[in-house]
Amino acid sequence: MPEIQNFTLNFGPQHPAAHGVLRLVLEMDGEVIQKADPHVGLLHRATEKLAESKPFNQSIGYMDRLDYVSMMCNEHGYVLAIEKLLGIAAPVRAQYIRVMFDEITRILNHLLWLGTHGLDIGAMTMFLYCFREREDLMDVYEAVSGTRMHATYYRPGGVYRDLPERMPKYQKFSGRSEKELARLNEAREGSLLDFIEAFVDRFPARVDEYETLFTDNRIWKQRTVNIGVVSPERAMQLGFSGPMLRGSGVAWDLRKTQPYEVYDQVDFDIPVGVNGDCYDRYLVRIEEMRESAKIIRQCAAWLRDNPGSVMLEDRKITPPTRIEMKDDMESLIHHFKLFTEGYCVPEGEAYAAVEHPKGEFGVYMVSDGSNKPYRLKVRAPGFAHIASMNEMVQGHMLADVVAVIGTQDIVFGEIDR
Amino acid sequence: MATTELTERYLRLAETIASRFGSRLTRLTDSPGELSYEVAPASLLECCEELRDTEELGFEMLMDLCGVDYSEYGRDEWRTDGATATGFSRGVIASPDDGEEPLDIANARYEPPARFAVVYHLLSLTHNHRARLKVFCEDDEQPMLDSVTGIWASADWYEREAFDLFGILFRGHPDLRRILTDYGFIGHPFRKDFPLIGNVEMRYDPEKGRVIYEPVSIEPRTLVPKVIRDDARYESGLKDGGDA
Repeated sequence: MPEIQNFTLNFGPQHPAAHGVLRLVLEMDGEVIQKADPHVGLLHRATEKLAESKPFNQSIGYMDRLDYVSMMCNEHGYVLAIEKLLGIAAPVRAQYIRVMFDEITRILNHLLWLGTHGLDIGAMTMFLYCFREREDLMDVYEAVSGTRMHATYYRPGGVYRDLPERMPKYQKFSGRSEKELARLNEAREGSLLDFIEAFVDRFPARVDEYETLFTDNRIWKQRTVNIGVVSPERAMQLGFSGPMLRGSGVAWDLRKTQPYEVYDQVDFDIPVGVNGDCYDRYLVRIEEMRESAKIIRQCAAWLRDNPGSVMLEDRKITPPTRIEMKDDMESLIHHFKLFTEGYCVPEGEAYAAVEHPKGEFGVYMVSDGSNKPYRLKVRAPGFAHIASMNEMVQGHMLADVVAVIGTQDIVFGEIDR
Repeated sequence: MATTELTERYLRLAETIASRFGSRLTRLTDSPGELSYEVAPASLLECCEELRDTEELGFEMLMDLCGVDYSEYGRDEWRTDGATATGFSRGVIASPDDGEEPLDIANARYEPPARFAVVYHLLSLTHNHRARLKVFCEDDEQPMLDSVTGIWASADWYEREAFDLFGILFRGHPDLRRILTDYGFIGHPFRKDFPLIGNVEMRYDPEKGRVIYEPVSIEPRTLVPKVIRDDARYESGLKDGGDA
């Protein structure tokens, strides 16, 4: 009988559990993984090089397309780096809006993660539930920026515009009864803030509902408990951040430890895991959704009571209003210069980091004093996580690779950039 | 207001680093509100290890590592001082024989000592502080540095990325392969002399029955010329004094 040797298995790039375009070359001994070699870069678009050829503001849209399930958090990191170099800060109202949308984005991201992670390891139902809630939040994105995903809402010096007074409604059409229409529009009668508040009122109960499906589910636990265990020391060595680090028991969250915007004004807790396995990271993310809802509620209450400007009035950086432009020559010139040439940013370097739903999203920017960034480097949290793939899956079964990909919350837009 | 000054905690950290490392780490002052140091390639490994293992520094995490190509640092594509008799150009030079003088005016104040640099972003969870290290590669033609993978495991893929995109070699790296670009890619795309549109394009050839590579058919264009304007608002001492 011939001797049985290790064999190599190609996984992806076209595989539904690869979360995009991950190609894994697995060295297997039977069904046990000996070595995993992830091949990334199939979605490489050279975002950083493109940004070097454009004025600062024109690259905000590219940031949305990095991690395309947590769009506004990417913008946030980029915009913060520019603001740091310019030495400006957004008005307080804009900071509250940013914090609120960061948390909305966190829920959006975690819902997609929960749905797909469930789908990967065999739970079909969760996907449908998660997308029900995501739909509401997508509508919030649309109401405020005009698009459901790639918002380009954060700008250096504030946010693009204030929260709308009215929420867009569903339209009547032949296939939709009056009763159905009334039900769909029930939460949309008031302003955007009313809609958001209604959402955070019903959301914690929905999270409880998800938990009834997974948390004590025997199959779920069999697939996640003691899978992909990372010790806290190792997690630090590997450059982990976000839920991957907290799942291992390290209480580190930039929103608490290095607060930016108004995170020091809102009250929330940081959930931390114990064992550093897939199940703990699941629990951390579930709890984070509840905390996010708490932050959104506080921001919404503040925003209701404190009207004001959402954009700096510095016309060398932020564009003038349409009305100003109609009868003011200076405004017209400012508008023309801002949209043709952009603004020059003082020479220097900055690294701005935000607590992105997946971890630390950092933007390192070098400016040589021109209207374009000289060098832009995006520190994507997923890049460090997937680099540890080999360590995390060694000795596990083939099916656990899928659980580890899921728990790392991988999105290739940010890893490949 | 965004803080451009160092906080007290960072001032203390700067003092600790200055007393411990002396001339091995040179403080860079171009980062508002952050600590940034330049280190010589020869003492990189020893400094990194000390930064990680010294108790009061405790940089146990390497958050980011990236290459920078300084070859076009501070160069304009458009004159911004004075007027012309012929009108301003589009700032676009398609080919050298267009008759247009290439505008290559060094305008920035900082003069990088070499072409390639590698930048390390360190973070300490225990003390909650950050620092940045910058190392210039001695050789512009064959940039090479010591690998820090032995100190921080996360450097592995970051160094592969810097090698792939900038062609910087890391001595002692366990597996220095390309990472982001395609299999069989030629060149280092994030170098400033690598065109934005690339060198080759790919299409399916029905006659040969396979995918083929050809030189790019599109022309490079600049939509917005790069300009560096003197802005009095950013002069030191005048900050916040502008009438904007």
